[in-house]
Amino acid sequence: MRFAFIGGIYSNYWALRATLDDISRRGVDGVWFLGDLGAFGPHPDRIPELLIERGMPGIQGNYEESLSSRAEDCHCGYTDPRDSHYAQISYDYTFANTSDAHKDWMGTLPREIRFQAGGKRFLLVHGSPRRINEFLWRSTSPDPFLERLCVESEADVIVCTHTGLHWHRPLPGGRHVVNAGVIGRPANDGRTNVWFAVVEVNGGAVTAEFVPVEYDHRRLAGEMQKERLPGEFIETVLTGWWTTCLEVLPPKERAAGRF
Amino acid sequence: MTEAPLVSLASLDTLWFQVSGTLCNIACTHCFISCSPQNHSHEMMTLADVEERLDEARAIGVREYYFTGGEPFMNRDMIAILEKTLRQGPATVLTNGMLLPPAVCRKLKELFDASDYSLDIRISIDGFDRASHDAIRGPGVWDRVMTGIANLVAAGLNPVITVTTAAEGVETSEGRMRFLELMRTFGIDKPRLKVLSLFRIGAEEKRSRAYADWERLSSDMLETGDAGSLQCASGRMVTSRGVYVCPILIEEEGARMGDRLADAQRPFPLRYGACHTCWVDGVTCTT
Ligand code: SF4
Ligand code: SF4
Ligand SMILES: [Fe+2]
Repeated sequence: MRFAFIGGIYSNYWALRATLDDISRRGVDGVWFLGDLGAFGPHPDRIPELLIERGMPGIQGNYEESLSSRAEDCHCGYTDPRDSHYAQISYDYTFANTSDAHKDWMGTLPREIRFQAGGKRFLLVHGSPRRINEFLWRSTSPDPFLERLCVESEADVIVCTHTGLHWHRPLPGGRHVVNAGVIGRPANDGRTNVWFAVVEVNGGAVTAEFVPVEYDHRRLAGEMQKERLPGEFIETVLTGWWTTCLEVLPPKERAAGRF
Repeated sequence: MTEAPLVSLASLDTLWFQVSGTLCNIACTHCFISCSPQNHSHEMMTLADVEERLDEARAIGVREYYFTGGEPFMNRDMIAILEKTLRQGPATVLTNGMLLPPAVCRKLKELFDASDYSLDIRISIDGFDRASHDAIRGPGVWDRVMTGIANLVAAGLNPVITVTTAAEGVETSEGRMRFLELMRTFGIDKPRLKVLSLFRIGAEEKRSRAYADWERLSSDMLETGDAGSLQCASGRMVTSRGVYVCPILIEEEGARMGDRLADAQRPFPLRYGACHTCWVDGVTCTT
């Protein structure tokens, strides 16, 4: 059985359309979104509209938690003032441009989803099983720690997002943690495409594949310009390098980027 | 006075090692544990000491490791300790940056590249220039730190620079911008900066002032916030003398919780003045 997981969408409508097309071409046994539908990009209402229309199941991210409770910020979990400054611009824009009906709908989304497939207990969360805004980076999530998260949350396969960077770690005990990455912005690798994850369970074996998605990023950039979103965000869309929210990156992930 | 509130160890995520004890090659006026070349209250740890706790930590599922002192690079086993640690998780070293010759920096870069997990070096600076830094840390220190930073950068590492609020104005956004600019002049092109507040214990008690009696926590105060964000809710400190509740209170006998991590899982009463700073300023020593 094969499942597709869509991480943070960040109001990237064109990437979502391209991702859904790709998923329907390959044919999977289930698709879920993992939260953070808004932030960063323009016209946030287009995302819930499309997801509701397709009837896709999914969970809340910190964005949906904040928007549905009418909070004043995104609870993204940044500690650096510059990171928080840009996060606030995104949030204020998204808050002002999301309808009340969509905000209420976000509040009805579950915080986690569990299911069993091929004898494996899947757990879908936004940040980590214990916190909606915990960052699970590859270089700071060692095996013993991930093993503990799996045991404590009674899961064999944890799928998460929130950091923006995708990775998969098979654990020595046979469990797996997959960070699906995001389709909202590129992965800080100098490429303009975004990523989603396909996880396959086959005779007890779990494999994960990350799928690069090309989309009309120039069109997105043009819309962001019209909406007067920060030039730094547009630069990221056009170059594939992160220009903001850099201080939360651990040293290995930071060293891999340009800024 | 009311009973001190208890904080439980919700999850042991962060393990600290006082890896060079209280021994430091300098004696800063603001050091919160009064480290110096003569302070032997906690001794240098051996690779074997550290390994024992690492084994325990692996079984518990600890997320990250921090190494401090004193000055960690006074420990002759430091590279071996990091090599061992990086096999099971990410490591951060808090250093004054004075003992970083090119050969050590190259070795650190090798460890950085070889590990799946992050290795981070944090260097503390006090003030915007040589004069203010050396007034706190001692004459000649600034120049040696600049050499250490240059060696790290030349080896391809990008240290986090931490600065305490002893650097006047650094907590404002202009002060911050000014400091980031300063870091670029050190040759750091992706500046990573962390501002820390000061604790009024150890040498810092003499530099500014001691805690007043009212600067203690009560259970009511804790109800207004998230006690889970305190360091003692998610971490412990290992020294040559055993396991302590947090990196801040290692000079308090009452903060020693046992010999092994297994002995140090119980809740801890926040009865110290430093607990007040932690709570009120939301202090965290991790990056
Ligand atoms: S503050 Fe750091 S460098 Fe200064 S004496 Fe204390 S341990 Fe040593
Ligand atoms: S000093 Fe801070 S971290 Fe240590 S026990 Fe007190 S509140 Fe907890
Ligand atoms: Fe998120």
